[in-house]
Amino acid sequence: MRLDNINLNDYVTIINVFGDTSIKRRLLDLGFIPGEEVKCVLISPFKDPKAYQVHGNVIALRNIDAHNIEVQNEVN
Amino acid sequence: MKSIKVALVGTPNVGKSTIYNALTHSHEHTGNWPGKTVGVSKGECVYQDTLYTFYDLPGTYSLISKSQEEVVATDFIVFSSFDVAVVVCDATSLEKGINLVLQTKEICRNVVVCINLVDEAKKKGINIDYKLLEKRLGSIVVPTSARDKEGLTELIGAIKHSQNKDFLDIDYGVLNKLIEEAAINIKTDEYNPKWIALKILENNKYYINKLNKLGVINKLNEQDIDYDVNLEVVLKVAKKAKEILKNVISYERVNYDAKERKIDRILTSKIWGIPIMLAILFGCFYITIIGANYPSSLLFNFFSSLEGGIIKFLEFIHLPALVIDLLVNGVYKTLYFVVSVMMPPMMIFFPMFTFLEDLGVLPRIAFNMDRAFSKCKACGKQALTMCMGIGCNAVGVTGARIIDSKRERLIAILTNIFMPCNGKFPTLIAVITIFFVGFNKKYGSVICALILTGVIFLGILLTFLVSYILSKTILKGEPSSFTLELPPYRMPNIIDTIKYSVKDRAIFVLGRAVKVAIPAGLLIGIIANVKINDVSILRYLVNFLDPVGLVLGVDGVIILALLLGFPANEIVIPIMLMGYLNTNALIDMDNLNVLRDIFVNNGWTIKTAICFITLFLYRFPCSTTLLTIYKETKSKFYTLLSVVIPLFIGIILCLIVNCIFF
Repeated sequence: MRLDNINLNDYVTIINVFGDTSIKRRLLDLGFIPGEEVKCVLISPFKDPKAYQVHGNVIALRNIDAHNIEVQNEVN
Repeated sequence: MKSIKVALVGTPNVGKSTIYNALTHSHEHTGNWPGKTVGVSKGECVYQDTLYTFYDLPGTYSLISKSQEEVVATDFIVFSSFDVAVVVCDATSLEKGINLVLQTKEICRNVVVCINLVDEAKKKGINIDYKLLEKRLGSIVVPTSARDKEGLTELIGAIKHSQNKDFLDIDYGVLNKLIEEAAINIKTDEYNPKWIALKILENNKYYINKLNKLGVINKLNEQDIDYDVNLEVVLKVAKKAKEILKNVISYERVNYDAKERKIDRILTSKIWGIPIMLAILFGCFYITIIGANYPSSLLFNFFSSLEGGIIKFLEFIHLPALVIDLLVNGVYKTLYFVVSVMMPPMMIFFPMFTFLEDLGVLPRIAFNMDRAFSKCKACGKQALTMCMGIGCNAVGVTGARIIDSKRERLIAILTNIFMPCNGKFPTLIAVITIFFVGFNKKYGSVICALILTGVIFLGILLTFLVSYILSKTILKGEPSSFTLELPPYRMPNIIDTIKYSVKDRAIFVLGRAVKVAIPAGLLIGIIANVKINDVSILRYLVNFLDPVGLVLGVDGVIILALLLGFPANEIVIPIMLMGYLNTNALIDMDNLNVLRDIFVNNGWTIKTAICFITLFLYRFPCSTTLLTIYKETKSKFYTLLSVVIPLFIGIILCLIVNCIFF
């Protein structure tokens, strides 16, 4: 599953980050690191971008960029 | 005297600039959104016989750079000579900061860790064990709350006592062997060979070239690497940060940011998001109009009541009548018009705007509007530069540096003019009040604020339109990635906000306007009084420009005022008045309400007013903005384009209005 597919308030864990070097680098810098927990906290009025909570920060990503992040549902 | 050079490093929006200002007593503006600081600023302070020089670096998430401001920060840390690096972290999201601390300790021997915003963390129920953190990091850790000036003395003390240590050695696992191999060819005492080895493994051309030139890298072995070096490095640094923070942070509550999310849900909701943004804008205008009304007329009446006395005094010291006329009707009238009409709205609007900026509302606006920008193949952060443009277009243009992609940055710069700046509001308010509202006591201000909001709305639409056209023509391309941090809401220090916005913004802008108003008033006075064949130069100019004005639905005086008002938008109306009064010399201005009579007697109609507003909004950027555009783009072509685009749109709109009213 990709990050842009998750619903509001869903908790997921990052498995992998894809994409070309610059976007990948930027996503990693912002804390979208494999193993990290992410929650979708906000959806903008036009459904894109969405904001995710990671590392205690809230970061807005366009769906096309969030699609680079592979995630799986939290296993409790 | 002993002197210590200090570099202030930190992730964006952690209050680095607040610390810098408090320590150096500067007034660099601090906004609550990432990327407010875009260059390196330098400031000094003396404390207990030691001179401290601070370098405030732009915020950076990591030291492996991508955007312009992050390159500035990394380059400074790696290649500049300073004594201590202070890494400022956000106590409410420590992990991000500790990542940066580790990266800094890899390339810098002397690091002090400053944990800022501890008051906010306390409020959110986040507890931090500073002693344990200090032990694990091996650097001095200082908790501060810079906004309330707490912990700053301790920070200075820590800077003074901090010692040089070895570079931090991070275990890079599978990369270790490759790093060792690459490090054989590196000769340096100044830099960490391991960090350079990593740059080589990453194949970072920028740093390899730079270090090659410095003679640090002896030879480069071409290697095929099976690993994703970037990812490995990030994972290992993050792992290390997690180890360090284990048991350091504890949360009293699980949902420590529930309230914030609730506010966010409302501000960005599907139905209410956009209307709330417009309502906030309307509210600001409404308060400005209501609040400025009375002080404006008070100031105006006060200054005009002095006019008689000034004339008597000038006659008393036997100045020639011509000079008195120049000084009073030219300089003094222009001056007091600028002060009384422009000052009150600015004094009210600027603090409100700064308050919203500091509170953290602007990134939410960018979040709401990004979809539209992405459709125009532009960047959502352009909304931030537009908001800054409402304050001052020159600031908006400089602020475009927060946009990574050059193409998208140019779009933001070229379209910034469509946001009317604060210097235009008083003029707009005056003309709108006279021609569209009348002096309707009951609803006048509401209607006026509504029209102003509409003007901004039109500006937003034009921004989208022009951005779209640029993306399809001169600045062709696809949108690059967009990431934007939505910072926590922060209640600004109200007194600081007012002090800053009045002193550094309103007075600054007004000062510039006054400086321009004096020579402009004088110039108008002279060309109105110097006569060739019994006709003044002003008359010649106005007659010459009249046909141009006629086509655009205005007259020669208006065109002349718009042209001469190039250095500052604030002086357009005074120049116009001088023009009318000097060509006809019918009415004496003793009251603001007379403005209407002057305009109407000179043939103004609703159509004239609409065309004037259109041309005033979309003629060309003021001289300061234009200079800034040239500085930022370093291109004559784009500077010219920034004049041609709004002028073209202004003229087209005027022609359309003319057709409608014909």
